[in-house]
Amino acid sequence: MQLNKDCILKNTATAGFEEKNDILITVEASNNDDITVDLTSSVLRQYGRHMKELITATVKEAGFTGIKVTAIDKGAWDYTIKARVLAALERGMK
Amino acid sequence: MINAAGRDIPEQIKGIKDIKLYKGEFAYTPSTVKAGKKIRVGIPHTDKILENIDASIEKIGLKDGQTISFHHHLRNGDYVMKMVVERIAAKGIKDITIASSSLSPCHDFLINYIENGTVTALESSGLRGELGKYLTKNPQALKKPVIIRSHGGRARAIEAGELHIDAAFMAVPACDHLGNATGRKGKSAFGSMGYAMIDSAYADNVVLITDNLMEDPVYPYSIPQTDVDYIVKVDEIGDPAGIASGAIRMTKSPTQLLLAKYAAEIMEQTGVLKEGFSMQMGSGGASLAVAKFIREKMEKQQITGSFGIGGITGIFADMLKDGLFKAAYDTQTFDTAAIESIKENPNHIEISASFYANPWNAGPIVNNLDTVILSATEVDLDFNVNAITDSNGICMGASGGHSDTAAGAALTLIVVPLVRGRLPMIRDHVQNVVTPGDSVDVIITDRGIAINPKRKDLVEKLQGSSLPICTIEELQKIAYEFVGKPEEVELSSDDKDIVAVIEYRDGSIIDVIRKPILD
Repeated sequence: MQLNKDCILKNTATAGFEEKNDILITVEASNNDDITVDLTSSVLRQYGRHMKELITATVKEAGFTGIKVTAIDKGAWDYTIKARVLAALERGMK
Repeated sequence: MINAAGRDIPEQIKGIKDIKLYKGEFAYTPSTVKAGKKIRVGIPHTDKILENIDASIEKIGLKDGQTISFHHHLRNGDYVMKMVVERIAAKGIKDITIASSSLSPCHDFLINYIENGTVTALESSGLRGELGKYLTKNPQALKKPVIIRSHGGRARAIEAGELHIDAAFMAVPACDHLGNATGRKGKSAFGSMGYAMIDSAYADNVVLITDNLMEDPVYPYSIPQTDVDYIVKVDEIGDPAGIASGAIRMTKSPTQLLLAKYAAEIMEQTGVLKEGFSMQMGSGGASLAVAKFIREKMEKQQITGSFGIGGITGIFADMLKDGLFKAAYDTQTFDTAAIESIKENPNHIEISASFYANPWNAGPIVNNLDTVILSATEVDLDFNVNAITDSNGICMGASGGHSDTAAGAALTLIVVPLVRGRLPMIRDHVQNVVTPGDSVDVIITDRGIAINPKRKDLVEKLQGSSLPICTIEELQKIAYEFVGKPEEVELSSDDKDIVAVIEYRDGSIIDVIRKPILD
């Protein structure tokens, strides 16, 4: 179920870089309504759970469902993660 | 059993006899006498020079189960350990303990010889690289945990007979035909031979391995001919690029420079920075950068220091040359500029690891330090410092002179960024303790400075200071506001999964490194 008609991912899109303190986010439409997160991170053990929750919540709050997120993290802080997720989604809508 | 650093130490650890718990910095008083080496009789007009390493192994009669030692003055450029271990393995000798003053990534080859049973135990200051990862993940690959010692602790263990070396294979950049050796000459020159001096003096057999066998007598020498049994000439003892970096340059990182500036300010405001003071700077970016700010203050206030200790770098050698200090005591020379200095400047003095930091002699020079500035892989609310494992519990560092200088110095400053990547550096409890909070006076971060509450005198002196002083708990809170509280890494509680035992400098056990449960 689409919450917002504008929130449709037309293309696979990315935002961010594989650099220290940054995260490379790739979003693609999936064939079901779930939001899934595939996370690789240098701080997976310390923050993995938190980061997955944050990414899922950010996608949901932006009004999307049925998104597969692939994230390659190098120690990004929360505001960066959020910004990269939103940027990837916005790029994917165009 | 809980020790005085609050760490839980098992009652029995495989391969470790007489477990002594850490009880405080100077809790143990030895009542034994020094160990000695096997007496040898040199026969007049015999030649010490052997054809190759095989011949030296045969001559000394190396057997299964014995302990051989190496020094780490060649750092990540060392070829000698590999040369020797390869020949030992080729002869089918097994169950060897390697007691090296430290290990670098160039020693990753040991994994193969651990797997084939040639090497079954390690004793070292550092454990890093692929070898560090491998042993953290496979602690049972060795017959007992790795013993991690500080530089002073290793000298103590050798002199006290706790670490008995059957054969020392010492790489030397220059020696004469009788075995007088120095680190100052030759294409592989590395400067001070501080660690090698102890091994040569106490090992039952001493083999020098050199790429520079000199016809003329070598003088001054760091290893005397009276300790040397055999000499083997090889093409190269090491890779010059790995032995010494070019002159270590001052960091440009604003965070590191800020930490250094705070450290220099604290030295000034607590009254340490005065005529005749002494100091040691660690080789990390921030601790080394303290030199920049101290130099400015010394020149402005016309202060001359007494001595510096190292780990000497070109940066300190320059201060010595410029007359800002009277002497530099050097166990390990860090860069090419400092190697030039020890060759030329008579005030740049070579010292052994025992002179440097052995707590069980009448006067290690660390005891006279006014200040030491040290880095850390992480610290905790009790001011304990980790320098050996990373935040995932993987061995990637070294004990070095950390706990030695921290115990000796009147003012111990730790410089560490508040957050590295996303990881807060002030933990509830460090992953592993190398230096106890008992020895740590001030923790300096880029967001604030915490004084150990036990140092009431410092708290008082810095009251009203313009420096951002706060409690360690407040600092932790700032970090958590930025990045959140990290989850703990889960460790195996199985005593078979003890990767390493961290000895305090007096030989007591301050901590054990347990295998992290990784995915």
